[in-house]
Amino acid sequence: MAKSRSSTGRTFAAHAILITWTVIALFPVFVTVINSFKSRRAIFADPLALPWPEHFDLVGYTTVLKQGDFFGYFQNSMIVTVVSLFFVLLFGAMAAFALSEYRFKGNTLLGLYLALGIMIPIRLGTVAILQIMVAGGLVNTLTALILVYTAQGLPLAVFILSEFMKTVSDDLKNAGRIDGLSEYAIFFTLVLPLVRPAMATVAVFTMIPIWNDLWFPLILAPAEEVKTITLGSQIFIGQFVTNWNAVLAALSLAILPVLVLYLIFSRQLIRGITAGAVK
Amino acid sequence: MGALDLKSVTKSFGTTEVIKGVNLEVAEGEFCVFVGPSGCGKSTLLRIIAGLEDASGGDILLDGKRVNDVAPAKRELAMVFQSYALYPHLTVRDNMGLALKQAGVAKAEILKATDKAAGMLSLERLLDRRPAELSGGQRQRVAIGRAIVRTPKLFLFDEPLSNLDAALRVATRIEIARLHRDLGATMIYVTHDQVEAMTLADKIVVLRDGRVEQVGSPMRLYNDPDNTFVAGFIGSPQMNFLKSAALGQMGETTGIRPEHLNIRHGGPISGTISHVEKLGGETLVYVRTEPHGLLTVRLFGEHDYGVDSTVQLDIEPSRAFHFDADGKRLR
Repeated sequence: MAKSRSSTGRTFAAHAILITWTVIALFPVFVTVINSFKSRRAIFADPLALPWPEHFDLVGYTTVLKQGDFFGYFQNSMIVTVVSLFFVLLFGAMAAFALSEYRFKGNTLLGLYLALGIMIPIRLGTVAILQIMVAGGLVNTLTALILVYTAQGLPLAVFILSEFMKTVSDDLKNAGRIDGLSEYAIFFTLVLPLVRPAMATVAVFTMIPIWNDLWFPLILAPAEEVKTITLGSQIFIGQFVTNWNAVLAALSLAILPVLVLYLIFSRQLIRGITAGAVK
Repeated sequence: MGALDLKSVTKSFGTTEVIKGVNLEVAEGEFCVFVGPSGCGKSTLLRIIAGLEDASGGDILLDGKRVNDVAPAKRELAMVFQSYALYPHLTVRDNMGLALKQAGVAKAEILKATDKAAGMLSLERLLDRRPAELSGGQRQRVAIGRAIVRTPKLFLFDEPLSNLDAALRVATRIEIARLHRDLGATMIYVTHDQVEAMTLADKIVVLRDGRVEQVGSPMRLYNDPDNTFVAGFIGSPQMNFLKSAALGQMGETTGIRPEHLNIRHGGPISGTISHVEKLGGETLVYVRTEPHGLLTVRLFGEHDYGVDSTVQLDIEPSRAFHFDADGKRLR
């Protein structure tokens, strides 16, 4: 047992590497959060100092909450993210099911076409998208953002989910068919629960770029009542003067909801319920 | 109720033809086993009968009615899968009752049907569990219970014992045979294991490369095979194939089962023993001979033979089968 693989030295090394990585990854978040609780002078005097009582200042937060409709921005971001996510997962999973389950002419070609969007950034089409939105009268609506983000998220969702759906046992789906379940019932009650970990992965990868996006809100929905949180925070960044307290406070607040969503999905990532279905 | 009739059924995937015109009649209440090596099309044929695959040509008749275009759920059949295919999110009772629920049967009746099926398979204590909490054997019993609950015209089994260990396989095999007697239903059973085929079947269908090689009762196939393939596939250990010319027999090949080959001093075939397997009730002696190759001799009881010793073999002429160069039986 002396040469067991879980020797103390190895465990220590592994943890040291993991902790180092965690510190590096969390450092920007950490700096943002601690500085959001400090006075402007303290931020510039020593950016890495913790907000001890002598520097502690909530001015950033009070500014954020007083200026502009911050809860409104939050709500907009939340609506756009959650609704886009819902559509990406629903349509992505349905397309993936069709591609992986049914034999039809052009199946592979269609799969490649749907996955093409992974390689071509949607922002290349911004001008055309804006023209479409103007023609459709959707400028300055959350609908415009939801449509664009759904389109942006679908390629990756279809690509990942179709691979996963191929692993769902054919016997299970066939048992459902013999028992008289419709194709929709097979999809929603048998297949979807089994690919839940993959859905969670897709959800996380889709959600974060949507929440953080500044480009499309700025172009498609810059009006006050449809501003998202990332766009709303920009009012504190000026060409000549930047209200750093407010920017940092706004960013700290913006982290929270996405963190909550991430925690919800990451729990799904771990949970596998396939056990016992087959074999 | 439950007579099945296949009329020149074919199936192609793209340009590959997997089922090349199968004609078959299965009578009501019959236990019919499809057997053959992997890739012979037996599972595909079963899936065509179930309606999970469309036939490329030919007719499938259930009780005289053509069902080619009928959905699987409407064909009034039930299927047991090799991988059990239980619904992971449902309890044992809900797993068994789902088909009835889909068909709009009243709750009280579903309860009665599931109770009855659970009683037949001694699953009463497991009714509230989920598949993840069951052992392999229990899962397969639930899968069989799910089939029984529907009281189908036709039971389809797709290698249901392949995932079970040897002891459970025998127990479940006996259980399936008992169910067939109790229910009197028509059953179609796919397996690659000729022992399962021999022990369960009223009628065996031997398939090779999408074609039916021979249909008949287990003993008919054993005692009267039509060709070398069926002769070699049915029976364990496998039939010995000897060169007819060297024996002065007719045809190209002479087939003789291991139990009809004896070790007798002065016999016409001489060889050296390469291996001996003692199984208690029987002893298998493998003898290397010229020009026939390795032959198997099956002796009943315990025998002592030394490896590498020279022996002479004798065949029982009345039990020999003769085949021509194409493997066809000469009668």
